[in-house]
Amino acid sequence: MFIAIQEADFCQAELYQQLRRSSRDAGAIVTFTGLVRDHNPHGKINGLSLEHYPGMTEKALSSLVTGAITQFELTDAAAVHRVGRLHNDEQIVWVGCAALHRRAAFEGAMYIMDMLKQSVPLWKKEFVGEQGHWVAPKASDDAAALAWLSNKKE
Amino acid sequence: MITVKTFAQIRELTGQAEHQVVFTNPINVDELISQLSADNELWAEALSGQVLVAVNQTLCDRSQVLHKGDEVAFFPPVTGG
Repeated sequence: MFIAIQEADFCQAELYQQLRRSSRDAGAIVTFTGLVRDHNPHGKINGLSLEHYPGMTEKALSSLVTGAITQFELTDAAAVHRVGRLHNDEQIVWVGCAALHRRAAFEGAMYIMDMLKQSVPLWKKEFVGEQGHWVAPKASDDAAALAWLSNKKE
Repeated sequence: MITVKTFAQIRELTGQAEHQVVFTNPINVDELISQLSADNELWAEALSGQVLVAVNQTLCDRSQVLHKGDEVAFFPPVTGG
């Protein structure tokens, strides 16, 4: 398991190889990369900046990934999230999950992304020109996280 | 003494990323919010909306009792990913 909160860009191929090396028994690896969109529901944007809570962010992301490994019986998993100023189309987040079979790998990656949006202290500010606006949480993201929590209780 | 940290909108509204609070009798998070809000209208505004609380970097509710040396963080709902 590895996680990182960093300003620097990341290389998907290197992260994939790192995950693959630690998951030799895996029959499937699913990776997800999130990109900065060039628009929001109101129009064009000029990138964003991400604030985090040093220490707690790493702790929360580590706990989330470790929990996913246990819950979905993954052979390994990892996550990288960028902070600071990001421009349109830049990479912002990467998640990788390895498992014996593809369904667990897909579900693990979905779970980490859905829960990350509710449990890891990161905040986005979108820019229109030089004017920044804090992004509000989406109801659909809350619903996605709640769905995982509801399934877990059954 | 406890250390209060703020993030995102709450940091901008209060103008303080970090703030030290001294108290003599044991208090919980809810009482800390009341004290900060009574002392400063900027804090009152910042802490009046939807605010998450972490004590020593673990999310908790407002009944959490605070101890000397604790780090209390106030921040809005998260928006990573």
